[in-house]
Amino acid sequence: MCLAIPAKVISVEWPSAMVTIENVEYKASLLLLDDVVVGDYVMLHAGFAIEKVDPEEAAETLQLLNEIEQNSPK
Amino acid sequence: MRYIDEYRNKDLILAVADELKRISRKEISLMEVCGGHTMAIHRFGLLSLLPSNIHLLSGPGCPVCVSGQRFIDLAIAYGKLPGFIITTYGDLIRVPGSVTSLEKEKANGADVRIVYSTLDAIEIAKQNPEKKVLFLGIGFETTAPATAASILQAQKEQVNNYFVLSAHKVMPPVMKALVEDGVKIDGFIAPGHVTAITGTSIYEGLATNYGLGVVVSGFEPSDLMQAILLLVEQFEAGQPKVDSQYKRVVRNEGNLIAQRILEQVFELKDESWRGLGVIPLSGLKIKPDFSAFDVEVQFPIDVPFVPEPKGCICGLILRGLKTPLDCKLFGKKCTPSDPVGACMVSGEGTCATFYKYRS
Repeated sequence: MCLAIPAKVISVEWPSAMVTIENVEYKASLLLLDDVVVGDYVMLHAGFAIEKVDPEEAAETLQLLNEIEQNSPK
Repeated sequence: MRYIDEYRNKDLILAVADELKRISRKEISLMEVCGGHTMAIHRFGLLSLLPSNIHLLSGPGCPVCVSGQRFIDLAIAYGKLPGFIITTYGDLIRVPGSVTSLEKEKANGADVRIVYSTLDAIEIAKQNPEKKVLFLGIGFETTAPATAASILQAQKEQVNNYFVLSAHKVMPPVMKALVEDGVKIDGFIAPGHVTAITGTSIYEGLATNYGLGVVVSGFEPSDLMQAILLLVEQFEAGQPKVDSQYKRVVRNEGNLIAQRILEQVFELKDESWRGLGVIPLSGLKIKPDFSAFDVEVQFPIDVPFVPEPKGCICGLILRGLKTPLDCKLFGKKCTPSDPVGACMVSGEGTCATFYKYRS
């Protein structure tokens, strides 16, 4: 029930935004998130954008995983 | 899909599994308290990647399971009152109450409608001013803000025929109750989207008072493997603390707007959890300021208490004391198409997940 999926914001018309997931468009409420701009990725849960995805943190997590892979003895 | 596919990279997942095998020495038990995590762990077969000294237990993170039959019975009772339209997320429609389900009642003529969002329920209320439109509010901190926002929206737009039945619950008290109840675990895999709303500080007491590691995790397989790795590293070093693997979504302070809306609309109340009993201040009740939207205030009804089905050990499973494989009913008398207990009726219940992904 607590699932949320990353969706890309393609337009903002306060208090909602159009977002796409796999080329399907949804209208997302922005009542729980106030600093969204076109191009952001948001986590969509039951029609509401509940948080933005931070691209730098996302890359850092992958970097950590890559380091584990590179350091693992083959 | 961006932010999904890259976290399903098999090479990275196997590398974390190798690292776990390399560094994990001591027996360790970790509990995931989110039904979404339980599903992901089984769907991606993560148990088979873990060394045998790492044990994963499923906790009470399926809202439908812990709310139990009474909530469904109440929803059905409202659906039978004249002039009511019941609106609900799809998760609840097939869940059996003590006698029947919303789906069966719909077939019998009750007006039950699945909505994707609480705001859709408000639209239905606006389109049907002569009816009373009831939304079934269920779920943890992730889901409760959408319900709170709908109540504020209904107030703003003066939609006076919109009502909510709240079974919303909060996570920290139940995590503490499990530990005090004697569940033997060394750390929690904490729910990513609950924490996106609440922030990470809600877990500090578990680390400082009980010496438990808590790592907030995302829902992709590499997320969960990395969260397990962080917990094992903490445990091996003897330094349990609150940490997050899911920083791309979870801010330390959480979502302040959602927190403000929750606080505005809801107040904490003692809440009964299936299998766990009453846990102080673990449920969310609509504040008196918004009682115009509280169906239990506006149209109070009651439903009879129904005892747990005989032989069902769902309560013990929700507390991490047993697994579905310990239950005599599992897979025989109790299956997803003919469920006996709550852990089987919801798609994200531990029993339903075990059944679906069992090898």
